[in-house]
Amino acid sequence: MKLTGAQILIKMIKAEGIDTIFGYPGGAVIDIYDTLAKDNDLRHILVRHEQGAVHAADGYARANNSVGVALVTSGPGATNTVTGIASAHSDSIPLVVFTGQVPTALIGNDAFQEVDIVGITRPCTKHNYLVKNANKLASTIKEAFHLARSGRPGPVLVDLPKDIQNTLVDFEEPKAISLKSYKPNYKPNKKQLNKVVDLICQARRPVIFTGGGVILSQASEEITRLAKMADIPVTASLMGLGAFPGSDPLWLGMLGMHGTYRANMSIGHCDLIIAAGVRFDDRVTGNIEKFAPEAKIVQIDIDPTSIHKNIEVQCPVVGDCKAALKGIIQLMEDKNPEDFKNGRREWLDRIEEWKSTTPLKYEQDDVVIKPQFVIEKLYELTKGDAIITTEVGQNQMWAAQYYHFNKPNHFITSGGLGVMGFGLPAAIGAKAACPDRLVVDVAGDGSIQMNIQELMTAIESKINVKIVILNNKYLGMVRQWQELFYEKVYSSTNMENAPDFVKLAEAYGAKGLRCTRPDEVESTLSEGLNYEGTVIMEFAVDREESVYPMVPAGGAITEMLLV
Amino acid sequence: MKTNSYLLSILVDDEPGVLSRIAGLFSGRGFNIDSLSVASTAEPDVSRITMVTKCEPHIIEQIKKQLHKLINVITVNDLTDKRYVQRQLALIKVNAKPEKKADILRIVDIFRCKIVDVGLSHYTIEVSGDSDKHDAIISLLKPTGIIEIASTGYIALARENGKH
Ligand SMILES: Cc1ncc(C[n+]2csc(CCOP(=O)(O)OP(=O)(O)O)c2C)c(N)n1
Ligand SMILES: [Mg+2]
Repeated sequence: MKLTGAQILIKMIKAEGIDTIFGYPGGAVIDIYDTLAKDNDLRHILVRHEQGAVHAADGYARANNSVGVALVTSGPGATNTVTGIASAHSDSIPLVVFTGQVPTALIGNDAFQEVDIVGITRPCTKHNYLVKNANKLASTIKEAFHLARSGRPGPVLVDLPKDIQNTLVDFEEPKAISLKSYKPNYKPNKKQLNKVVDLICQARRPVIFTGGGVILSQASEEITRLAKMADIPVTASLMGLGAFPGSDPLWLGMLGMHGTYRANMSIGHCDLIIAAGVRFDDRVTGNIEKFAPEAKIVQIDIDPTSIHKNIEVQCPVVGDCKAALKGIIQLMEDKNPEDFKNGRREWLDRIEEWKSTTPLKYEQDDVVIKPQFVIEKLYELTKGDAIITTEVGQNQMWAAQYYHFNKPNHFITSGGLGVMGFGLPAAIGAKAACPDRLVVDVAGDGSIQMNIQELMTAIESKINVKIVILNNKYLGMVRQWQELFYEKVYSSTNMENAPDFVKLAEAYGAKGLRCTRPDEVESTLSEGLNYEGTVIMEFAVDREESVYPMVPAGGAITEMLLV
Repeated sequence: MKTNSYLLSILVDDEPGVLSRIAGLFSGRGFNIDSLSVASTAEPDVSRITMVTKCEPHIIEQIKKQLHKLINVITVNDLTDKRYVQRQLALIKVNAKPEKKADILRIVDIFRCKIVDVGLSHYTIEVSGDSDKHDAIISLLKPTGIIEIASTGYIALARENGKH
């Protein structure tokens, strides 16, 4: 069968089970767009900025446990994707980004809209390709998807010169991918698993610590089972929220710089950490020298580079989180539960005390809306069932603290890179993947302006997303640092000069709601959530509210500033 | 902490951009490359990179794992604590004043080097050997006046039978 490169591309994307892609056209991909127009079973969502396409693909991948796909033109189209790719790289999100490129004959000549996007994205992709031979296109695309989703997932970029797109070649179904240089190790070592079980039996004060890897390997059930069978309390990094139910009594809350008092104290005093799918980022560990001084650490990760990178671990387990946890559970099932619940009551009582003396807290009066109150109400009204995306800053931390995630794939945030402007396009992607779910972007007034143009994408594609802006008229998180560590010199963080968000929503054809009083928070949320369409709900919140607890950068995580 | 020198022998896909992936990994993560040599192997599509890197002991593990993580890297073999043969090739151009010529020729002879180019007032000497040999001959030639040196990176193979 003879097909053009563009036809092969679309055929291969569909063969991967992808129903929606996100993109933006240009001269170097015009052939692909022409082919797309003639194909009606691959949905293309036209974004308004290429960064939006990549974040939307990211949201799609996370909500759906699949691979997100973005398609953009060469030059500026390609460079506009870099932030999105870097974010997905930090968070290990499987994406395949297709970029147009100038014709092969012109590469290297500084042609119009030529950039070396393979060179530019080398350090922020899992791998990338420049396709120079149309006969290799199909197998390269298949390989790209294979790399994106297997092992430790990540973004892969495929650069497609224009002539490759319009050359007719014989299409042959590519063979199953087998790479001599890439064979991720899924199966954990049995000896190590036995060691983990021994450590669990010896431990008196264990903690389970989950990260994004648990969500990626779909191991929530196993984490929950392990925690319950051995009465082990669970904490998570920002990326790991939802892997273990936030309403469970064993839940400690998030760990780290804005972790709960009890989660941080538990890590400070535990004698065993069972870490799964985490990389011990500095936002979680604080001062690494003072991190978990009394604990032995088990670290389960599919990526050997994550182990011993930031922290010494006593029991590394290289493999898929789900497979490893299953193996551990199996070994434990052969034991007497008394063997591994030893002394647990005392430990759980101690944690309970930390929880009751120092809970997450704020005080809502009847004058000024507290941002935390908005999130709590959002949680109540959505019964904890919505997919929440976030922007970056205080809004992100309050969403993490006060929306109690009970299920995986419900919290979609730019964790590792912290990209302001992530939440709205990610919400669009998540909603495209899960049209029957309620999707809410928890936003800051600063961040929402970074990709506000995607409101048009939502309206045009009839993808209904709910945007909750916690408007403190500040770049709040930076202001918080300035308040605490820079003598309240609020340099360049005042955002009082802002658009009227209600009018802005209306200008795009969305609904706009504004709420300025605590007693109207619930009704505003209710109205916005029930509205059939995309809506901005703006909440005028306490301008100088800060996120607590807070571990000052470089401090031990047990030394928190509390309100 | 004290740094050690490590000798890595890395087999990679012979593809454009592979060297840049490796160089980028080292610069991006703050690792050092002390010496580097790249060439094809007997297998088509496979190249060998021989690299010397200086770092603290706990960093070398991370370097090896990160190298291995690159999709185009097939194997990473740390030869440091193994038995291996190692060679470096250098061309050394020295002043050859009449009264020094005999000295130079004697040194060349002792080290079993070759003179590969002769001019009115210079010799160019080819040296092949391990790092000790290079250090030794350079220090002996210094008094005669070394004009310039061109040197390859190290190449090395494990002494056991079999591919590494
Ligand atoms: C693209 C980008 N630029 C800058 C930053 C640095 N930054 C982190 S949080 C923040 C403030 C965000 O302000 P806003 O969206 O209003 O959220 P708030 O903290 O007020 O809730 C800034 C500027 C960033 N994370 N991303
Ligand atoms: Mg703000």
